[in-house]
Amino acid sequence: MTTMTTPVLQASGVTMRFGGLTAVRSVDFTVNTGEIVGLIGPNGAGKTTFFNCLTGLYVPTEGTVTYKGTVLPPKPHLVTKAGIARTFQNIRLFANMTVLENVLVGRHTRTKEGLWSALLRGPGFRKAEKASEERAMELLDFVGLAAKRDHLARNLPYGEQRKLEIARALASEPGLLLLDEPTAGMNPQETRATEELVFAIRDKGIAVLVIEHDMRFIFNLCDRVAVLVQGEKLVEGTSDVVQADERVVAAYLGEPFEGDPGTAETADVAAAETGAAPQSSTTSTKGEAQ
Amino acid sequence: MTDTTKTPTPENTAPATTAPRGPLPLPTAAARALLLAGGLATLASTFLAWTWTSEFPGDLTVYGYPGGLQWLTFTAGLLTTLFTLASYQVRGLRWLLPAGNNTPLLLTAVGAFGVTWFTILAIAIELGGLVNLEPGGWIAAVASLLPLLGALALPPATATSGTGSTGGTKETIKAYVAKPEHIPAAQPLNGWAQRLIITAVTALGLAVFTYGIDTEYGELFIGYLIVVVFAVWALHTAGLLDRFSRLVAANRGFTLAMGFAAAIAFPFTQTDDHYANIGVNILIFGTVALGLNIVVGLAGLLDLGYVAFLGVGAYTAALVSGSEFSKFSGVQFPFWAAALTGMAASLVFGVLIGAPTLRLRGDYLAIVTLGFGEIFRIAVNNMDGQSGPDVTNGPNGIPSIPDLKLFGFNFGNPHDLGGFTLGRFANYYLLMVLIMAIVVLVYTRAADSRIGRSWIAIREDETAATAMGINGFRVKLIAFALGASLAGLAGTVSAHVTYSVVPTPYQFAGSTPPNSAFLLAAVVLGGMGTVAGPLLGAALLYLLPEKLDFLQDKSLLAFGIALILLMRFRPEGIIANRRRQLEFHETGQLDIPDTPTLTGEPAVTTKAGA
Repeated sequence: MTTMTTPVLQASGVTMRFGGLTAVRSVDFTVNTGEIVGLIGPNGAGKTTFFNCLTGLYVPTEGTVTYKGTVLPPKPHLVTKAGIARTFQNIRLFANMTVLENVLVGRHTRTKEGLWSALLRGPGFRKAEKASEERAMELLDFVGLAAKRDHLARNLPYGEQRKLEIARALASEPGLLLLDEPTAGMNPQETRATEELVFAIRDKGIAVLVIEHDMRFIFNLCDRVAVLVQGEKLVEGTSDVVQADERVVAAYLGEPFEGDPGTAETADVAAAETGAAPQSSTTSTKGEAQ
Repeated sequence: MTDTTKTPTPENTAPATTAPRGPLPLPTAAARALLLAGGLATLASTFLAWTWTSEFPGDLTVYGYPGGLQWLTFTAGLLTTLFTLASYQVRGLRWLLPAGNNTPLLLTAVGAFGVTWFTILAIAIELGGLVNLEPGGWIAAVASLLPLLGALALPPATATSGTGSTGGTKETIKAYVAKPEHIPAAQPLNGWAQRLIITAVTALGLAVFTYGIDTEYGELFIGYLIVVVFAVWALHTAGLLDRFSRLVAANRGFTLAMGFAAAIAFPFTQTDDHYANIGVNILIFGTVALGLNIVVGLAGLLDLGYVAFLGVGAYTAALVSGSEFSKFSGVQFPFWAAALTGMAASLVFGVLIGAPTLRLRGDYLAIVTLGFGEIFRIAVNNMDGQSGPDVTNGPNGIPSIPDLKLFGFNFGNPHDLGGFTLGRFANYYLLMVLIMAIVVLVYTRAADSRIGRSWIAIREDETAATAMGINGFRVKLIAFALGASLAGLAGTVSAHVTYSVVPTPYQFAGSTPPNSAFLLAAVVLGGMGTVAGPLLGAALLYLLPEKLDFLQDKSLLAFGIALILLMRFRPEGIIANRRRQLEFHETGQLDIPDTPTLTGEPAVTTKAGA
């Protein structure tokens, strides 16, 4: 990995309260250029709330989120314009638009033809439409959907809908791509393909932030992983560091019996972890050593 | 039978033991013979007298040539005969049945049967008994029944459908009226032949439409509706409409030009200015419906107070028309200025209403727009100088609006043009055609652009659209304002056409168009998101209460039932937008992923958030 450490996204002291409930408590978080960062945590840990703070759906109660040095505006469409694109946990394509049209909608922030130019159809309008279409076709080529440009999005198979959502997000020419559970419901082959796709996106110079429950996917993919538990950031670091942290294990699998951290429980943990991640045997031994 | 080549008919593909049959036990050959004989007999019967007295409208007492409703029977019989001959593989007619299915035979037979028996029953009921029928009437009744029996003896679907005649009645009926899934592609034609076909179809369409507008009595209009509905349905199931729409798609500009040529030609076919009046009202209604289609069909904003914008345009035009009852009676704007003022006033009104309401979604928006629509009417009613400021003359409205003058051309006077006399309404009709052209242009261009795509995206999923960088509020406000100003433009003309403006037509629901409910019904009935749909819907919704005056106050009930039936059986409207058609009629297998997921989780997780 090259050592580019310019921060793209910087969240400092982000707190989100809903009435008496604190969903996210003073989280500091950085994504640097050329990085793939993972965000994990058990269900209800506040991952999506934090995500929504980043994308402008929520305005954080305290703290600030800056993108390339400027504070993010509190409106989702302005955040996209600033350069943060996202996909959704439950696919939200424009189901009755064609594949190409979906990507063209993604180009919205990077084009500016208004109603008048659409009505008058001057040469500028045609040029812009053509350029948009070319760019959209490049992206469809990139994710491997170019042949399906005229299909309705709803008729694509599930894996391709995920890909199309990523292509649509990339069409806004983002500097940071937020992926909300991109492999949910995918089979291992599709997960592998998504992994390759995310690497390819990173190689285009776009930083990526991934929320995911698939640990193998996260630890294969990410340069850094942050763990969110009950609204607070527990650990942040490389996959090895995170996997070695027993608090993370505890957050996912529960605390061992007090006073009895016997070998039986650690063996259970190890057995459970082998199912999720290949390196988990090292994790548990490290946990024992500490 | 001589067919061995490209269109397999049921009997030579299925083994003889399980030859598919219709509900009536007749051999296929006999069934076809019955169709042909019945069709010809129906044609012949229209040359006979059906009744003895000319009291029944249309004079059906003449031997030797058809009259009135007999023409409709003649047309339906002709179609049945032609389709039957096509099913016999007669040279030169095979193109009528590209898929070789029997459904068009049945539908045309039902049409002929329906219009003939309707006529016979109408004679019997209106003149008081079956004794009023001449032998010709009885012959027609029997002759039109024969093709129906023949068609029912034919196997329902094409040979390819294996699903089956064994299903219940519902499946049988479905198999009978279904369009075959695959229609063999037409042989490629050269450009001139394509244009010739489009021209011929446009001319035919104009003729059919003109006949409908010119029907002089309710019975004729009902017969017309029966024949047109079944004929179009038959052409649809035969696959001819699909082929034609492919031609249209290949010659879009030419078709549009022909469509407008046909629209311009309409007043020249009229001798009576009354029908031009119907034409201009349909055009006004259709133009406003098309404007509403931007708001509802593209941007998905349910606006139940849309007619208010028509009212704003009409009142603005009336105020600056120079009418002596206008508040500004001294002011008389030229038409272009009045049109622009009307549009601007509607635009301002649209933005004023839109800015606070468009933050709401779905049902809330519908209710609030309904409220604002009523506020307009009530406000106009009250601005009479007693309850409020004196602007609109209250319920009396602004009468005696002078006719338009454009470049010295007075719209109020009849003009002679190449041997044709164009009356007052014909003049306005031609002006409305021009305005319609502008609105169609605005609609098509806006729909196919960055802004149009963002409207559709907003309709599909507002959250996702916002996440793609679309400023939802701004984009929706543009749709709202554009729709409002187009309605205002139509309103400026409508004020002059009707001589006066009064508050009553601009209400939410009434028994005559235009009102907000009818406008929305025209869009939904015709087909949301299409250009032709709202125009067709507007024409239907205007003509029905106009022609079927015996319905009177029951017309709303009839519309309600018609709309419910339509929404049940064809929710995408008469003319379907491709998107909507796929939305409502999923084939099922298209939406299942090719590669099943291993985890066994449902494909789409529905965790809240985002």
